[in-house]
Amino acid sequence: MALLEIEDLWVRFPGVRGPVEAVRGVDLSVGREKLGIVGESGSGKSCTGRSILRLLPRYATVTTRRAVFDGIDLAHASERDMRRIRGSRISMIMQDPKFSLNPVMTVGRQIAEAYLVHAEEESGAARRRTLEMLAAVRIRDPERIYGAYPHELSGGMGQRVMIAMMLITDPDLLIADEPCSALDVTVQMQVLAIIDDLVQRRGMGLIFISHDLNLVASFCDRVVVMYGGQIVETCAASELHEARHPYTRGLLAAMPRIDTPVDELPVLERDPAWLEPL
Amino acid sequence: MSRTPDRRRPGRLERSLPPSPTLSWHDYLLAENPTSPAQARLRQAYLAALAFARNRLAVVGLAIVILLILTALLAPLLAHQSPTAQDLTARLQPPDGAMWFGTDELGRDIYSRIVYGARITLGIVALIIVLVGPVGLFVGCAAGYVGGWLDTLLMRTTDVFLAFPRLILALAFVAAIGPGIKNAVIAIALTAWPPYARVARAETMALREADFVNAARLQGAGAWRIILHQIVPLCLSSVIVRLTLDMSGIIITAAGLGFLGLGAQPPSPEWGAMIASGRRFILDQWWVAFFPGMAICIAGLGFNLLGDGLRDVLDPKQR
Amino acid sequence: MNRRTPPNEPSTENLSLRAVEAADLSVVYGQGDKAVHAVKGVTFTVSDGEAFGIVGESGSGKSSVLRVVAGLNHAWSGRLLIRGREAEKRRPRRSYRIVQMVFQDPYGSLHPRQTVERILMEGMAIQDMDDRHRRIQRVLYDVGLGGEFLYRYPHQLSGGQRQRVAIARALILEPRLLLLDEPTSALDVSVQAEILNLLRDLRARRRLSLILVSHNLAVVAHLCDRLIVMNEGRIVEELEIGELRRGAARHPYTQQLLRASVGYDRATAASLVTYD
Repeated sequence: MALLEIEDLWVRFPGVRGPVEAVRGVDLSVGREKLGIVGESGSGKSCTGRSILRLLPRYATVTTRRAVFDGIDLAHASERDMRRIRGSRISMIMQDPKFSLNPVMTVGRQIAEAYLVHAEEESGAARRRTLEMLAAVRIRDPERIYGAYPHELSGGMGQRVMIAMMLITDPDLLIADEPCSALDVTVQMQVLAIIDDLVQRRGMGLIFISHDLNLVASFCDRVVVMYGGQIVETCAASELHEARHPYTRGLLAAMPRIDTPVDELPVLERDPAWLEPL
Repeated sequence: MSRTPDRRRPGRLERSLPPSPTLSWHDYLLAENPTSPAQARLRQAYLAALAFARNRLAVVGLAIVILLILTALLAPLLAHQSPTAQDLTARLQPPDGAMWFGTDELGRDIYSRIVYGARITLGIVALIIVLVGPVGLFVGCAAGYVGGWLDTLLMRTTDVFLAFPRLILALAFVAAIGPGIKNAVIAIALTAWPPYARVARAETMALREADFVNAARLQGAGAWRIILHQIVPLCLSSVIVRLTLDMSGIIITAAGLGFLGLGAQPPSPEWGAMIASGRRFILDQWWVAFFPGMAICIAGLGFNLLGDGLRDVLDPKQR
Repeated sequence: MNRRTPPNEPSTENLSLRAVEAADLSVVYGQGDKAVHAVKGVTFTVSDGEAFGIVGESGSGKSSVLRVVAGLNHAWSGRLLIRGREAEKRRPRRSYRIVQMVFQDPYGSLHPRQTVERILMEGMAIQDMDDRHRRIQRVLYDVGLGGEFLYRYPHQLSGGQRQRVAIARALILEPRLLLLDEPTSALDVSVQAEILNLLRDLRARRRLSLILVSHNLAVVAHLCDRLIVMNEGRIVEELEIGELRRGAARHPYTQQLLRASVGYDRATAASLVTYD
């Protein structure tokens, strides 16, 4: 009962010395669950997330054998079809609200605009819905925030505004690309709690992209580990600490832990065999 | 962006790659690990040149500018006769086999005059660059880095010069000192440097709090050392791009001054002055004004295309 | 003749010499209505050879404290002693051979148009040190980079390699006190492990005192002996690492940080409170 199914996703970029393969043959299947995609920089996780919504630059070449979202063929959809899907059926939250919110529009107007693009309503109804969403992301004074500009908000507040903006259209699938990386640890918890709550209540699917293995393991239901553009491990989040692939095990071992002191952190020895096509 | 995987275990000292006699130039220039500062710099220059060459219009621009420079340098070889040689029996002749661009109202060969005129144009461009670039750069960097009273002082001075309209200042100069290329150049230079100070200042203010500047402070570097070694090299590319793009405007301004009789004086073959004298005959003997006009257009276009190409290559995102 | 620039130290090595003594340190940015009190009366000491951690979230003032100790920030009040000597607002050149710093962002802390060799030469040229080429070779070896990196530009280096160069740059002046501002926050986990191991190793070999600022409790626990927790410009708690590891934090803010560091948990998230 998968919401999104992707088979054999490849993303290539032109490079000085030949094409660079950012994503190599990735298969993905997401239902109404929280799926985490974990990887370090250069693993291809962000490209994977963005390719679902075709948000990669024009010079990137994206090919899939099959890409279906709720019966819609994403691989052959036109740009107009994609616009109807983006924001209303599949939404995306990005890392830094400083860069993803329009700095010259008030927050309320931006959210209302996101709503009006996809709904046949008038602006009064949009304003009401916006205030409801702001309250749903636990903002104590929705009226004041409605009229505020992005630079007046803290990081955590900005991310909550992003979430409100992306969920106001009630999408079926949410892609979150490093939503917490720019936030403090306690604010991260609060933002994740909001996402968790909304995702559960609305029965949405969530793809959570992050480099933080611990966070993903504790937040998501299923985890997929990417390295060198490929998926090297898939498992349930609760079983991550029994991972089999040496890269995952190496990554887990390399993290310092508060409760277990070590003299020297085991350094990940990268085996070139991990880059071989699977 | 290519990266060598950091696979080696810390603590092992490796020897640098010695250049081998069988290494081709291309490989030498693109080697991942340069073995000398010169090789490192050559590598950067080579990569920049490759990136530049990908933009065909920019290459056209570069070709035009090189053509201009060569024409100016080799003028005696390229011209058919002296630019001031008159032949009153052959006045206002249309272009033909011998006189490629025809003759003007005094029987002078327009082609030769244009070739020698390139020297004047290029001379003006070179002088302006030399006067305006360094002054604007240093004023801007000093003002931006030190801030406070120095910033206010320098920027208000800049504003004063920015307020002068170029042509009117040139007229004032002519009235005071007399016409001539030198005075035209001074008039242009005095009004051309302020934008560069502003550009350099804006960049400097952004760089002032960069961590590498803080690191230099933490090593004991004084303000001047930081400005000269850290900040100026980074502002240099914006200033170079801006200078190149402004060149077409400067050429046209110089031509305009020449047109008004304020720049080069007759019989100097300055392109603007040639248009001025050809204005009278423009309907019947179009070639007298046309060819100098085309020369100005093409020179300006060349600098514009080159500047665009340089901007793409020297852009901060390449950093 | 080998002329060594003598570091600014008392002639006898006093074992009880404190690396840093800060008393009632305050930092205010701006004036009047718009004044921001980033640090409000902070007092702490770092012993010679100790690794000291400062933990806090954004806005806690931890980076401001570090910058004051480094000498990058002139707008502070209070008392600061570095190795027994009063720290002046405008430091003399030789003081930079005592205190050095490694910055957070490896992508911003190296000059983009200078080769590694030039970056390392700069400090030695300013401090007029001798035997420069040998020192460069030595320091690169110490941070685990080979000679082939000498003439590379920063954009030819990975994040971990850049941070190694930044550490080399700091160490080439032979400081006694090394300040680290979130040195691994911008690095991948696997690279972080290498850099943390390197720092631990260097500290032991060169007998450095360290002050590490981080928001990551696990990183601080790995490198440091003692730490302070800051919130809104004040010190909330001071702990030995053993106490941190046992979870024996007393202040609720520290306990909250500890719980949040472990990973996401619905109960934890529900219990979070903003402390003013």
